[in-house]
Amino acid sequence: MFRYHKPIERNASLLLVLILIVVSIGGLVEIAPLFTIETTIEKVRGMRPYSPLELAGRNIYVREGCYTCHSQMIRSFRDEVERYGHYSLAAESMYDHPFQWGSKRNGPDLARVGGRYSNDWHAAHMIDPRAVVPESIMPSYGWLATAPLAFDDVAEHLKTNRAVGVPYDEAMIEAAASDLAAQADPNADHAALLARYPKALVGDFDGKPTEVTELDAMIAYLQMLGTLVEFEAPQQAGAQNAPKE
Amino acid sequence: MISASQAATTTPERYNDAVVRAHVIATVFWGLAGFIAGLYLALELAFPALNADLPFLSFGRLRPLHTSAVVFAFGGNALLATSFHVVQRTCRARLFGGPLVWFVFLGYQLFICGAASGYLLGITEGKEYAEPEWFMDAWLTLVWVVYLLVFLGTLMKRKEPHIYVANWFFLAFIVTVAMLHIVNAMSWPVSFTSTKSYSMFAGVQDALTQWWYGHNAVGFFLTAGFLGMMYYFIPKQAGRPIYSYRLSIIHFWALIFLYIWAGPHHLHYTALPDWAQTLGMTFSVMLWMPSWGGMINGIMTLSGAWDKLRTDPVLRMMVTSVAFYGMSTFEGPLMSIKAVNALSHYTDWTVGHVHSGALGWVAFVSFGAMYHLVPKLWGRERLYSLKLVNLHFWIATIGIVLYITAMWVSGIMQGLMWRAYDSLGFLQYSFVETVEAMHPFYLIRALGGLLFVIGAVIMTYNLWRTARGDVRGSEPIAAPARLAPSPA
Repeated sequence: MFRYHKPIERNASLLLVLILIVVSIGGLVEIAPLFTIETTIEKVRGMRPYSPLELAGRNIYVREGCYTCHSQMIRSFRDEVERYGHYSLAAESMYDHPFQWGSKRNGPDLARVGGRYSNDWHAAHMIDPRAVVPESIMPSYGWLATAPLAFDDVAEHLKTNRAVGVPYDEAMIEAAASDLAAQADPNADHAALLARYPKALVGDFDGKPTEVTELDAMIAYLQMLGTLVEFEAPQQAGAQNAPKE
Repeated sequence: MISASQAATTTPERYNDAVVRAHVIATVFWGLAGFIAGLYLALELAFPALNADLPFLSFGRLRPLHTSAVVFAFGGNALLATSFHVVQRTCRARLFGGPLVWFVFLGYQLFICGAASGYLLGITEGKEYAEPEWFMDAWLTLVWVVYLLVFLGTLMKRKEPHIYVANWFFLAFIVTVAMLHIVNAMSWPVSFTSTKSYSMFAGVQDALTQWWYGHNAVGFFLTAGFLGMMYYFIPKQAGRPIYSYRLSIIHFWALIFLYIWAGPHHLHYTALPDWAQTLGMTFSVMLWMPSWGGMINGIMTLSGAWDKLRTDPVLRMMVTSVAFYGMSTFEGPLMSIKAVNALSHYTDWTVGHVHSGALGWVAFVSFGAMYHLVPKLWGRERLYSLKLVNLHFWIATIGIVLYITAMWVSGIMQGLMWRAYDSLGFLQYSFVETVEAMHPFYLIRALGGLLFVIGAVIMTYNLWRTARGDVRGSEPIAAPARLAPSPA
């Protein structure tokens, strides 16, 4: 049998072609169907693209490498569901370019951190984590509080997301910069913004209402994580958890 | 199968050794940089004040720098050095492409510097082990294609009838990494002047594409390429032919076929469809066999030369690396089983597993190759000091053992604490209590890392003195002749 291998060992092009064929099969079988099988991403109500401010916050989340310590993927285990909330659905990251599921929990999962803490808590925690959680090993992110958010090109970012498949419409792209400013301004008129991005949290996030900082964007992003999908029945995770003895 | 030994004689005009020397220097330099960055990160987890409120020192920006520096800068240069050396010797042909060879060297170093400085500035795609942004990705693609041309061109003009087995592995590594990189890095830049891009894929598809890439960065960059190294340097250093030619054929094709399927085991119990998870687990378990086929072929090459383990610390380093390879390729399939992964995922167990492979296998076999190459490339009769090699071996081995045992304990402990319930049926620990419990293990891990760095510093000194042509007096471990390959 091994004599049939001789021609391969004597012909570099043949070896190259055979290697390419052999290493292509696994990826084709596993990845390609994810784009075609309809049940891969559940049909849910409530998912929408990120608002411009949330998207800017997400970009800061990516920039700072938050995914190196925080997952955004609650697994379907009792303890995870009780600790973090309903297990994550594929639909919940369908507009995430890139995904940020993470692979390591040096800190807790953030998939449903939205609404769990106040804006003030987040601002204090980002600036000095150990001021609110003494045992925390998270770095301080004080520079976010002082850096003004650069968002003059936010419409370009929405357009790029549309190019890779996120359903931003013309109106969203046209109003991107004004939507961003309005979301961080407690005194702005939010009606148009909320019509485009239902459930978007508006107001001042970082305790400095007069300017839009990177911290505003970051907190706006954290506060919406896991809050969009409408689950049919209210969550009963705690109810099954009656004392056993 | 012994063409490796036949082509031993170095004739400077026949081979391009200069570029191999350049890659050896780069390997040692980036190795030190990457190990030190890792040590600093380990200390940051134990003492968060070390983040120093500086963006570029914060864990999230520094961690990609560490992983890229050790995998792509240290490992990548070691692979370039050894593949260029091995392909010339086993083909008895000078590297194809003339100046293109130097384009690969300089282009690759430019890629490393560009990617690394980008991370510190926050320019990242945010996909693990594939962090460089679109413009550095495009540059790497160009460099890599030229690398493939040089390697393939050299294979084509070989004067040996057969392509030596080490070159199969190097070729599979180069081709597959090109495929993985090009697909996973597909992204849409905001504009041609913007450093920011958005991945072409989203959510679950992006996740599986990324781990198809990520796991095969392990499988092809850190395994196939380094197996190529094993298949040349262990026979050379031991002066014995490869144990089994047939085993090398079987395990080569089985390894490259099965590895590609294993990616989904990074996504167990996530929103990835179950069928993909189970498929990934099944192939990961099957992967155990070809992995151990490679280990057996490497270790059994010492048949009839076991005594050299006692006298030749360079060979001992190489063989230990193969033993670590066997251990981590047993642990890997184990962790890919869903029930085990439920405990190990998201914990330090994974980090420990990666490091038993990266430090024990990848780094040790590279160190062995460097110790083998430097006297040859700089035209020295022997290494400056075998005693220092021995010291390096033991310090680094103790460091690795401390590292991985600390991570086993902390990882399993944290996994158990997350799922612990008290007698009333409530979760027993808050998350931050599990963080607090890790502190002592982070200290032990950092100590292990420190020992590994010290070992690398000793190696650097030894190699530098060797290159200068120094020889340390009074060497009790082995006779100088041990370094020259004995006839097979």
